[in-house]
Amino acid sequence: MSLNSDEVRRIAQLARLAVDDREAEEFAAGLSDIFDFVEALNAAEIGGVEPMAHPLDAEQRLRPDAVSEPDQRELFQAIAPAVDGGLYLVPRVIE
Amino acid sequence: MKLDTLAGWARRLRARDISSRELTEFYLGRIDRLDSQLNSFISVTPDLALAAADAADERLARGDEAPLLGLPVAQKDIFCTFGVRTSCGSKMLDNFIAPYTATVVERMNAAGAVMLGKTNMDEFAMGSSNETSHYGPVRNPWDPERVPGGSSGGSAAAVAARLVPAATGTDTGGSIRQPAAFCGITGIKPTYGRVSRYGMIAFASSLDQAGPMAASAEDCALMLNAMAGFDPRDSTSVERPVEDFTAGLGADLKGLRIGLPREFFGEGLDPGVRAATEAALAVLRERGAELIEISLPNSGLSVPAYYVVAPAECSSNLARYDGVRFGHRCDEPRDLTDLYTRSRAEGFGAEVKRRIMIGTYVLSAGYYDAYYLKAQKVRRLIADDFRRAFGQVDVIAGPTSPETPFRLGEKSADPVQMYLSDIYTIAVNLAGLPGLSMPAGTVGNLPVGMQLIGNYFDEARLLGVAHQFQQETDWHARMPAAFV
Repeated sequence: MSLNSDEVRRIAQLARLAVDDREAEEFAAGLSDIFDFVEALNAAEIGGVEPMAHPLDAEQRLRPDAVSEPDQRELFQAIAPAVDGGLYLVPRVIE
Repeated sequence: MKLDTLAGWARRLRARDISSRELTEFYLGRIDRLDSQLNSFISVTPDLALAAADAADERLARGDEAPLLGLPVAQKDIFCTFGVRTSCGSKMLDNFIAPYTATVVERMNAAGAVMLGKTNMDEFAMGSSNETSHYGPVRNPWDPERVPGGSSGGSAAAVAARLVPAATGTDTGGSIRQPAAFCGITGIKPTYGRVSRYGMIAFASSLDQAGPMAASAEDCALMLNAMAGFDPRDSTSVERPVEDFTAGLGADLKGLRIGLPREFFGEGLDPGVRAATEAALAVLRERGAELIEISLPNSGLSVPAYYVVAPAECSSNLARYDGVRFGHRCDEPRDLTDLYTRSRAEGFGAEVKRRIMIGTYVLSAGYYDAYYLKAQKVRRLIADDFRRAFGQVDVIAGPTSPETPFRLGEKSADPVQMYLSDIYTIAVNLAGLPGLSMPAGTVGNLPVGMQLIGNYFDEARLLGVAHQFQQETDWHARMPAAFV
């Protein structure tokens, strides 16, 4: 399967990755090779096979609905790029 | 001072031949003197190490018998360590000082281990050569023009050069076993769920598993004893009593049925690697093991299935790097979208972006069934192959990698060629089985690794087979000449 640079830009947009024109061309070539390689899966006989999401087919473990973590907001926000008054700062979203 | 193994140092510490401080200073000295040739560490933490060594010496003086007490180790830089940069080999986390500690590190610290530093790795563990690290490639101690393998290339090179007696690794598609093979050391990826993933930076959560890397199987067993165990903080951690992985080291090989998958000895296998693997198998046969040809008919689909499943999980896991809460943030974002897209574009390298985009695509509307669901079905076929094989044999053996370490730059322009470097290891992750690589010979000056695959939770048996092999051979004790 061959991807063109427009498709790469669309995927990059979904993935929130900025790509310039040169990168879009480069990724188009690399990703097309990978998707060609992955095409081999079409040869598999998968009729009636259950998809496998977890190696041990384990079920989600539940725990009591009780507080287990202390509040560590200051510690966690100490490594944030921009905070003020306990809030994470981002560019203005609503004018 | 004469070099020793982790187990050897443990005995000498207890006999009071040496203190943990002396041992720690000795290895810190080796790192200081020799790592400029390898680039195997991203961060060296001498102050923390010496403080831990002094604490260990006090515990030793009190007769404390914690299993790793006073022993120097290195942590792959994928494990969060409180107060220490945890970069995961990425510019994205170059400024990330972990606010908590991974369970693996916590358990090893509690067992008395002395962390010397954090080892280099492929960015977010995505790579098979350690060339995708933001901190530059690691060199193979056996030949500095060649790669150490990846993604745990720093841990493998550091242990091979004896800059540290043992280190942790993680393995999503072969990232412990392939670098162990390329650097001539022993490493084991345990059964999925054996070792906690809490605080281990996630790449592909249904495949990621941590394990030990050391010179010998005995050393790996010692380390795994400290690393493994149920952790309520990891939702996929297996609730199972911890066993003593050193208990099976003495097990006889008589009557052991070893399966040789014909798919692992076919086209694409380097003749030198084949010869070394066959010679190693002959040693096991002489010790009483029975060699049985088997088939894993769907194993050829493991790399394609993996390159759908792993990127899908990666694209989801790496969505957390948004430039808002931690990690790299671009300068002067125009708006929120610009903040996300530019922070991520600047913070991630090309291979990580490639995998995020593959994953985004295969999970996107209209493509989910054609790629992701299909790959998950093939994943079950691959796991079923192993299930059938283990009805017939106790252990599966073959080469770890189809070739000896390749040259730096040799495969970096061709992602698919790079991916095929893990052709014998990836199926094991898809099935969730334990797999071990041990030094089995050389081609020229370069090490060859043999892989042993076990049934679920059969790590002790794998370590036992490797230990028996290592009683008979000295490949694991050999060292690259430049580091003796």
